[in-house]
Amino acid sequence: MSQPVAAVRHILIEGNKSYHNITEDLCSPTEKAPSREWIIAFSLSSVFLGLYIFAIVWTVWKGIGEWGANRSINWAWDITNFVWWVGIGHAGTLISAILLLFRQRWRTGVNRAAEAMTIFAVICAGQFPIFHMGRVWLAFFIMPFPNTRGPIWTNFNSPLLWDVFAISTYFSVSLLFWYTGLVPDLATVRDRAKGFRRKMYETFSFGWTGSAKHWQRWEALSLVLAGISTPLVLSVHTIVSFDFATSVIPGWHTTIFPPYFVAGAVFSGFAMVQTLMIITRKVLNLQQYITINHIESMNKVIVLTGTIVGVAYLTELFIAWYSGYIYEQFAFYNRVFGIYWWSYFGMMFCNVVAPQVFWSRNIRRSIWWTFFLSIIINVGMWFERFVIIATTLARDFLPSSWSYYRPTWVEISIFTGTIGLFFFCYLIFCRVAPVVAIAEVKSILKVAGDQYIGPDAKHGHGEKAKHEH
Amino acid sequence: MAAENTKVLYGLYNDEEDLKVAVKAANASHLDIMDVFTPFPVHGLDPILGLKESRLHYLGFIYGATGALFGFLAMTWIFVSDWPTMYGGKPYWSVPAFIPITFEMTVLFAAWGMTITFYTICGMWPGVKANTLDHRITDDKFCIAFDVTSASDSAVDNLKGFFKNTQADEVNIKTM
Repeated sequence: MSQPVAAVRHILIEGNKSYHNITEDLCSPTEKAPSREWIIAFSLSSVFLGLYIFAIVWTVWKGIGEWGANRSINWAWDITNFVWWVGIGHAGTLISAILLLFRQRWRTGVNRAAEAMTIFAVICAGQFPIFHMGRVWLAFFIMPFPNTRGPIWTNFNSPLLWDVFAISTYFSVSLLFWYTGLVPDLATVRDRAKGFRRKMYETFSFGWTGSAKHWQRWEALSLVLAGISTPLVLSVHTIVSFDFATSVIPGWHTTIFPPYFVAGAVFSGFAMVQTLMIITRKVLNLQQYITINHIESMNKVIVLTGTIVGVAYLTELFIAWYSGYIYEQFAFYNRVFGIYWWSYFGMMFCNVVAPQVFWSRNIRRSIWWTFFLSIIINVGMWFERFVIIATTLARDFLPSSWSYYRPTWVEISIFTGTIGLFFFCYLIFCRVAPVVAIAEVKSILKVAGDQYIGPDAKHGHGEKAKHEH
Repeated sequence: MAAENTKVLYGLYNDEEDLKVAVKAANASHLDIMDVFTPFPVHGLDPILGLKESRLHYLGFIYGATGALFGFLAMTWIFVSDWPTMYGGKPYWSVPAFIPITFEMTVLFAAWGMTITFYTICGMWPGVKANTLDHRITDDKFCIAFDVTSASDSAVDNLKGFFKNTQADEVNIKTM
């Protein structure tokens, strides 16, 4: 009798690996001298990191007036970049938490790198609101603590303060989740290392032994962290959207914002994961762990979330017309045909039209198409935030204060600098920790790898691999 | 892990299926397994080892509830009693506006509380030296360990026989 559903949907680990092969393949990038590509990439991102530091020092020294933001467009590149980076971070949590709850096994190939990406993206995101405060040395005022200034407390009714809590909780919880997942793999690296490296990994692996009870607790912890990270990740971008949605600005005051922002965040995050993974799998030679099947699965998520975002864009336009409220109608007319029309059409093309090619299986499974589109989507999602923020503020209630915003070299340097900061962190991560979760990949080898041993198994590779080493 | 100067007899297996068979055999002949070490979480091992389900998630609930209460009550105290401030004509005790931060505090406390508890009960912290029996346990070996500190020679031979019967790849004794 034939089964309606194949026992193994996709082979997620190719190449007839033994457990030892997996250890070798995934640990070796941390053990070898860096490749030439890595050195070039690292030097380049260091240059941009230097540019970032220079532009930040310039901003702090000279003041926020060095930016192009002005009285009516007081949120400009900075908040655009903040929302963009936070959105990118969301894919990591989605992959690690939501896909764990849904028992999607393909997450094991990409979760580690995606979670690292989350952490670095949130670090980049945090730079913008902090330096936008102007007097950055007083940034700690955003935290509520008993003080001698009254006490003056923070405003707990403000979505901006909710954001402080949401982003900092998100950052610290993602860090715990990622690091706890990393500990057993760091122990694997430790047990292979010698000398100083061994000492270093001994410290970082916290004395992990692999005892059955520890694994049981580790799994219990991972599951609960996944369970609470899932509403957390949804809450974070919901609260980011509240920054706009709870205001009284036409074009921002929109109830569709929370789901629309969350879908957009997942969309842009997956695009960034694709950009990173396509390079990583090639440079570190991980094609058998991050397979075309992984890339295709992520492209399916991209086409779904891209379409949700497209529906949200159209809903916004419809509701603006249907409301019969002329200020709302003007806000959206201005958004599409106003001074920043190019960013609206850029956004529509990059986010809604372009990803539709992923309905084709061949394109979903093409590395070049995926890489190209992942860049397009990242650009498109940046446009989306720019459209929401700058276009709306450039035409506010008083025509006398209408203005046009252009970024200065300082803002451009800070933004490109955070891209440098992001890759700087990511490249270091690739050198010191396994980019694919070793233990988790081993645990799916026989249930979703090419050595499947369950019902309907077609081949007996398991036996051969077992005695290989 | 057992106390200092424990003599451990351990066998290494090449596959998790062999390990599970061996654990079942050990249970059948009433051998007292000290611990089992694996390179990844082996599903189906906990029940045959007689490990009870972890209670970590109950603690997670308690930590989360603490966080929720702390966040909500702190905001209430600050806005109602310590320094009442009028924001946009809203009531001092504006409960709906407290929901997001209360939620974030719930998650924050649950995550940190559980993670710290996990590392504490596992005896893991930066600087703890791992008492590993064999460096391949984190690679591709599955290990069953017996405490033989006060075992007689015949008992040790019996255990060695058990490892031989269950096709252990290697059998060693280590004092730790």
